[in-house]
Amino acid sequence: MEARWVGPVVGAVLFIVAALVPYVADGYWMSIAVTIAMYTALATSWALFSGPTHYISLASGAFFGIGGYLVATAMSDYQLSFWLMLFIAPIVSAVVAALIGFATLRLSGVYFVIFTLGLAEMIRNLVSWVQNNFLGSRGLYVLTDFTEDHIYWMLLAVCLAIFLFGWWLSRNRLGFALKIIGNDEEVAKHVGINTALSKVILFTTTGFFGALVGVIIAPRYSYIEPNQVFSPELSFLVVIMALLGGAHRLWGPLVGVIPFTLIWEAITISFPNSTTLFLGIAFLLIVYFIPNGFAGLIEKYWSRMRA
Amino acid sequence: MTTGRTLLQVKDVTKRFGGLVAVNNVSFDVKEHEVLGLIGPNGSGKTTIMNLISGALKVTGGTISMQSRRLSTLPAHQISRAGVARTFQLVRILPGLSIIENVMAGSAFGHHRQWGHQAWHQAEELLERLGLDEQMHQPTSTLTYIDQKRLELARALAGEPRVLLLDEWLAGLNPTELQIGIDLVSQLRKEGRTIILVEHVMDAIRSLCDRCVVMNSGTKIAEGTPSQVLSDKDVIQAYLGDE
Repeated sequence: MEARWVGPVVGAVLFIVAALVPYVADGYWMSIAVTIAMYTALATSWALFSGPTHYISLASGAFFGIGGYLVATAMSDYQLSFWLMLFIAPIVSAVVAALIGFATLRLSGVYFVIFTLGLAEMIRNLVSWVQNNFLGSRGLYVLTDFTEDHIYWMLLAVCLAIFLFGWWLSRNRLGFALKIIGNDEEVAKHVGINTALSKVILFTTTGFFGALVGVIIAPRYSYIEPNQVFSPELSFLVVIMALLGGAHRLWGPLVGVIPFTLIWEAITISFPNSTTLFLGIAFLLIVYFIPNGFAGLIEKYWSRMRA
Repeated sequence: MTTGRTLLQVKDVTKRFGGLVAVNNVSFDVKEHEVLGLIGPNGSGKTTIMNLISGALKVTGGTISMQSRRLSTLPAHQISRAGVARTFQLVRILPGLSIIENVMAGSAFGHHRQWGHQAWHQAEELLERLGLDEQMHQPTSTLTYIDQKRLELARALAGEPRVLLLDEWLAGLNPTELQIGIDLVSQLRKEGRTIILVEHVMDAIRSLCDRCVVMNSGTKIAEGTPSQVLSDKDVIQAYLGDE
């Protein structure tokens, strides 16, 4: 078999196996599987932008929140259907991402990080404020007939879309442009790359997929509150998982999300009051010991084994 | 070298950084197939002019145009697509990309666009021509200084630019490398490429340039053939100071 087909074939097999999980997993493992599918989608889509460009975005929580909040408001207050919101919310979020992108992607390095963090907080507070002052502080409900299995399959479909998009990106000009931008933005401009537009396009897809995941996962919580769906912790978790796996490979975030979700599950059960502390420690350990993530380690041992 | 019509026109260009005037009302033309040397003492504004032409910096006043198209209002990537390619004073290769990808970076988005197999073959050919064929499969980080410079030149040539800007491309090379470098540029000249080069190496200027523009403290002080300008009283004074 030709080497370039190994990836897609392995991917297809894994996808089929993943699709069969609901037939064997019980309730507890199903809830973990949903969490894994959710973070795989978020972290992979995050890495498609932040991996090559090295622009660390902490806005995942904002996009995710836009999805969750919009579907909840639409269903509770306006009796709109879940499916309509599955279509509309990601577009709204993509537009927001594009606006943020045009305004901020000129910022470099740490300024961009801080801006996205501040922005996510601002959206959260703004939505809470509007909700409390104008729309009444009633709860928002997302009531559907979906079971965990349905949610899982929908998330899996989103993961598939993101992987296909990433695969397509890795073999076309836009993906190449992002790699060059990550290496040297000045050179990128001088070889003819519209750097601002390239970055905005990718950042927009992150916004789109973030909201899509937010909409799909909302029925799991049933009761939606702005402070909960616009969680800044989610933004950090996405970054940590992507870095743990390795943001330079399409499959990198996946190998970070699975172990991290399992460990995180154990931590929240055993030390429910100090999860943030463990989050910080995990971040330090990853950056210090495995800067290229599991993907980097795997590649290192793989090439050593073959040498 | 025969020279044709005017390709690039720099007209009354001024660049200010706050109160500092780095380039003051400079004008010159570059003809097709011509190698123009931009020379002058350190800090005279040569690199600033290169940066203005390539779009790394915006002009404060005046215009730069290529034939009838005005470049000085365009962003850098559009100037590149219009057909201006450059190397940098401090060499800038792309360390995270393979050597061949470094070259393909120049053709994927540039003036004469190529992608896929075509771009790959062109990159291989260029690397061979510039004497990098043996290093082609090495990691980019293992390249020596002159090889990095060659790679940067290959990237600039990959887009088949109409004007090539070489910003001290020969600086920092040892005597053997320098000769190789001069030969390479002279080969490009024979192909009839239009080149603007900023250079300090006098041998290179004499053997490569059809014409020189001499700068001193942001102003053009002379223009002519290398032997003309290098014997000019003002130019000698600018380089060596008053007696």
